[in-house]
Amino acid sequence: MWDYTDEVKEHFFNPRNVGEIENPDAVGEVGSMACGDALKLMLSIDGDGKITDVKYQTFGCGSAIAAASALSEMIMGKTVDEAEKITNNDIADFLGGLPEQKMHCSVLGREALEAALNNYRTGADPDQKEKGTVVCTCFGITEKEIRRVVTEDNLHTVEQVTNYCKAGGGCQGCHPDIEAIIEDVHGVKVSENGKLRMEEEPPPAKKPLTNIQKIQMIQQTLDQQVRPALQADGGDVELIDVDGNNVTVSFRGMCAQCNLAEFTLSDVVQAKLREFVSEELTVQEQV
Amino acid sequence: MMKNVYLDNNATTQLAPEVLEEMTPYLTNLYGNASSMHTFGGQIGRKIIEAREKAAQLLGCSPEELIFTSGGTESDNLAIHSALELNPDKRHIITSRVEHPAVRAVCRYYQRKGYRLTEVAVDTRGQLDLEQLIGALDEKTAMVSIMFANNETGVIYPIDKIARIVKSKGVLFHTDAVQAVGKIPLNLAATPIDMLSLSGHKLHGPKGIGMLYVRRGTPMAPMFYGGHQEHSRRPGTENVPGIVGLGKACELAMEHVEKENIYVRELRDRLETNLLQNCPNTRVNGDTICRLPNTTNISFEYIEGEAILLLLDQLGIAASSGSACTSGSLEPSHVLRAMGVPFTAVHGSIRFSLSRYNTQQEIDYVIRELPAVISRLRKISMFSPARGVDVGIPAERKPRLDVAGK
Repeated sequence: MWDYTDEVKEHFFNPRNVGEIENPDAVGEVGSMACGDALKLMLSIDGDGKITDVKYQTFGCGSAIAAASALSEMIMGKTVDEAEKITNNDIADFLGGLPEQKMHCSVLGREALEAALNNYRTGADPDQKEKGTVVCTCFGITEKEIRRVVTEDNLHTVEQVTNYCKAGGGCQGCHPDIEAIIEDVHGVKVSENGKLRMEEEPPPAKKPLTNIQKIQMIQQTLDQQVRPALQADGGDVELIDVDGNNVTVSFRGMCAQCNLAEFTLSDVVQAKLREFVSEELTVQEQV
Repeated sequence: MMKNVYLDNNATTQLAPEVLEEMTPYLTNLYGNASSMHTFGGQIGRKIIEAREKAAQLLGCSPEELIFTSGGTESDNLAIHSALELNPDKRHIITSRVEHPAVRAVCRYYQRKGYRLTEVAVDTRGQLDLEQLIGALDEKTAMVSIMFANNETGVIYPIDKIARIVKSKGVLFHTDAVQAVGKIPLNLAATPIDMLSLSGHKLHGPKGIGMLYVRRGTPMAPMFYGGHQEHSRRPGTENVPGIVGLGKACELAMEHVEKENIYVRELRDRLETNLLQNCPNTRVNGDTICRLPNTTNISFEYIEGEAILLLLDQLGIAASSGSACTSGSLEPSHVLRAMGVPFTAVHGSIRFSLSRYNTQQEIDYVIRELPAVISRLRKISMFSPARGVDVGIPAERKPRLDVAGK
């Protein structure tokens, strides 16, 4: 972790343009504390679309701070149109390169810039993330985001994808899905074992279930598809009740105190139950 | 500026000068092989016996109960492998959620091979859920492996009690005592532990040498096959300089264990108390009562550990962190996460681990310099107690703020 370039060290030890702009014309806010790094970028933009001031706040490691500092220097004085063309690789190059496993710091910078410019142009929320199917549930990374780094940075392995955008760096359950995306982008097979979910036939239409069958399938899906992943993180989930299409569960262990529990509820528990049991199910947490 | 304030002794320790002195002849003119018939070899054999006796004295066991290995990782592997190999019908392992990777990864390897694995949970202090451990023991349990003391938090587990519970069910008990040996007194004669791992370089001995204690009468299956060394339980020509060094390190540990518990504890407490006082939004992770005298794990909330370490390094201060960015992966410390340490704190956790070579002058230097490092990074950070974690998480995944107190 100490193989930072002199430029990275220089920007980390003496970060430029740290702070806040009182009435910014654009704000971009990406990452989260749970993920280990976050960046809030604030811009002043004049009537000609020129960036006249840049400030930021960042929570993260040495290279995250350096990447934010580099970005601020790179876009200062540029027009919005010029700034928009900056890629994560440009940020890494500006710093004389980043260690492979720290490339996600440059991606964070590019994402913050994009969010800020989007906020400037459309008035979208500064933390608005493009909607899409979440592939990596540990870090909340969408298929679209993965596709983008795979294409733009010409990535060929799951490990590279993890280094660039963190996807797949947690429970590793999404590795087959990431492999499938890489394969889809490059049109070549990356793994013999990878489940190629995107090529799967759509599941056959489901027959109506009796209540008993439904409860059994819900329990089975929870046991096989959901609980192992949660248990790996020290959590658990328990089926409390099924009333028609309303499923009530209760989180245990770590999940009960996890900040992302609501996300787990909708994006993991409900998604799996809908996939394996019935599209009509709605999952709620016992209060 | 003060250079080299080394506060990372749970990672590795300075070789004691006395140890180096003892080892040097065996790296120079006393290079014989203990197995040889000539005088060159003979004098080596006697030295190995002597080293084994010194280690046995430190641990309160018999010399023949000790096997020299290449270190803690090998000892852990050997213990688990042996226990499972000799109990092929029992396919259940119990360990904890906070083990060192040298145990955790081995157990998970066997889990992938089809073994049932119970990883016992810990509470917010990092103490084990003994009820869960007792409930998990069954007729299929081949072994239980619970660490003596945690490398990240310093939390000491009630190993004597656990060993008695496990033995009462007739199950093999192993403990990874790599962090405990030399820091707290041990007496294997009084505790029904079957196997115990230790490592030389954690107690001012050399790297590349460790031991596995195997209680007399406990069957043992080797991982390696080869010569007769260590009664064929661990073949291979002895690492003589390492063994001699470890013996000396054990002898020194006996002399210093009291100092470790008075002098080092005082320094640690001085560091901890002052840092907590001088840096707001700071917390200690783990049980502060049942804890190694040399370790403190402090979370500086709202900032990230690698950044803290880089700035400390610039000041000549060496410590380590449980943050994701320092783990070599993207995942923050599994130990702190198992304890339910919130994300606001886990990424900013710093472990200071002291040794008898640290001085009060060094500790005061850290106390003086660290608050500025923390406030410097907090000025850059977007998070603060006022803003909390309700920041930066995409709207559709906004955390429920009510769950924290649940």
